Amino acid sequence: MPPDGQTRSRLPPPSLATAGLLAPAYLWMTIAVFLPLAAMLYFSLLTRAPFGNRPAAFTLENYLAFVRRPYLLRVAWTSISLGLWTTGLCALLGWPAALALARTVGGRARGALFLLIVLPFWTNGLVRIFSWTMVLSEGGLLDQAVRLAFPGLRPGEILYSYPAIVIGLVHAYLPYMVLTSYVSIASINPAIIEAAQSLGARVPVLFATVLLPLSLPGLLSGAVLIFVPVLGSFMEPRILGGRVGVTMGTVIEDQFTQAFNWPLGAALSFTMLALVLAMFALLAAAMRLRTAP
Amino acid sequence: MTGTVSRRGFNLCLGSGLTSALAAGYSRRAHAAETITVLNWQGYGTDEPWALKLFAEQTGITVRHDYFNSEPEMQTKLRTNPGAYDVVLINSARTRSIAEEGLIDPIALDAVPNAKDLVPSLRDHANLTQGATHFGVSWLWGMNSLAVRQGKVIGADSFAVLSDPAWRNRAALFDDAVTEIGVGALLTGQDINAPKDLNAIAASLKAMKPNVKLVWSSESEFDKAFAAGAFDVAIYWSGASARAQTRYHLPIEFIVPKEGAIGWLDTLCIPAAAKHKAAGLTFINFLIGPQFYLQWAESAGAAASANGAAMAQLPADNAIRTIHKPEYLDKLQFMSMLPDDRRQAFVDLWSEVKAFYAT
Repeated sequence: MPPDGQTRSRLPPPSLATAGLLAPAYLWMTIAVFLPLAAMLYFSLLTRAPFGNRPAAFTLENYLAFVRRPYLLRVAWTSISLGLWTTGLCALLGWPAALALARTVGGRARGALFLLIVLPFWTNGLVRIFSWTMVLSEGGLLDQAVRLAFPGLRPGEILYSYPAIVIGLVHAYLPYMVLTSYVSIASINPAIIEAAQSLGARVPVLFATVLLPLSLPGLLSGAVLIFVPVLGSFMEPRILGGRVGVTMGTVIEDQFTQAFNWPLGAALSFTMLALVLAMFALLAAAMRLRTAP
Repeated sequence: MTGTVSRRGFNLCLGSGLTSALAAGYSRRAHAAETITVLNWQGYGTDEPWALKLFAEQTGITVRHDYFNSEPEMQTKLRTNPGAYDVVLINSARTRSIAEEGLIDPIALDAVPNAKDLVPSLRDHANLTQGATHFGVSWLWGMNSLAVRQGKVIGADSFAVLSDPAWRNRAALFDDAVTEIGVGALLTGQDINAPKDLNAIAASLKAMKPNVKLVWSSESEFDKAFAAGAFDVAIYWSGASARAQTRYHLPIEFIVPKEGAIGWLDTLCIPAAAKHKAAGLTFINFLIGPQFYLQWAESAGAAASANGAAMAQLPADNAIRTIHKPEYLDKLQFMSMLPDDRRQAFVDLWSEVKAFYAT
């Protein structure tokens, strides 16, 4: 028997090795994600949360929330539009930053710039949001800076408005877009770009035909990572939005904390999840149609 | 007159002194072995380190704590951990229903000497009594009502100021369904706990839309926004108003308007399965007494005490005392237990009103 054959015989079969590598992560996912989700799915089908000695019965009534409470459609649209604005702005700001980091900046400068980008990850969410209230309020830092530049302007504020919520959300989620786009752009073979340039492609053509299509997977991953949590966000809308900060996130939170109606809160969450999945399924189908030969 | 002490008398004194000292030491050891567990919100008086030290010095009883983050959680803990707690804080809105479930004991107020100074209307409130039987000892109370910017809003005596065009975009409401539906109920002359006409309440709350700038959900959020001049008329908590005045010198004027205000009352109760009921009552007596309350009010800015004598001992200019005027008690409607369907209706209506504000 050849020596390499002896070595191979000591290794576990490939399928076992794969299972061994996957098991810890999936076990953890099962315990930490799927079990609570399964419990919530169960709750969403009950008339009341099964705590204490009060009886609970099965019902689908909670899934009719959007029919029974039509104002929720408006609230859901607010959440979706917040998701679209935040994702769009993150793409507009994040993709060029990722391009610069991947193609033009190197060495220590890249490290320092990355540090600045991931800084929001290291800041407590509530602290980050409250710091925005100081910047955006009337007489706040932004207001003072604007009036310094344009002394004639009347005092104004952005706080307690829709743009204030978007600003807070973009600040929180921009790093996702930069990081996922960076990975995509960095993996583009420079020879392809050089080939395009040598064939006479100008910057807009290079962007539209080479850079954007090849970095699309990163852009889409970033969009998914941002859009989904923004749909359920409640801290930024509540604190920065004032009276306009009513989203599905705050409505669901109210069901859990004020009404103690866990089943309805869970059903609303799963309805939104279904909506998101449907949107992504449509998007994926559209992408397949576009890329089909 | 001079006195001489005979040897026998000296021995007698020495003997009785020794006996007393031994008895006291024994009693202290007996108490020292006793540890009670209190179920409360974290940081709500009963776990003040100085108070626990003082109580242990006075009685030899050690106090441990477990906390809850919501009232349903407290109720679940009482149900699922029988015997684990000796004293529990219960919002009086829930006291009777918890008593009906058999989770707490009736309390003979004779066993709580400081109860003699409790304001009768709070001591015997229907929320915590059944006939002549008390199921809790009234401890602290407060109000949710109108708060305005002193010096700018003059003569406000109605919740209608929240929809007055003079205060366009200058109002803040509390993000709590029970409170805001209560405000609507007061404005429309209804019972805050069982309003008959929810449509009228919805109309009165929706009329505030042009004025509503902020719907706040925490004390710090309110104080920061008020300090920044974001609004001038609002719904706020009485205790928080007192803290804002004394700690941050904010120009807040707390008003109980002509419609009345929403009151809440917290009670201290003995779980039916408690293992140290007598020690629990001793702790309750300590908490409702003036010694604990005065120090707590000075150091932490407490809510108002149900103990009239304790309130009367606060300095005349103390914000808790000036805000919680005894005459207000007659104008309050206290929060009571809401059946699940009514609570859900309140939350639904408040959600709908907030969605209306947002458009």
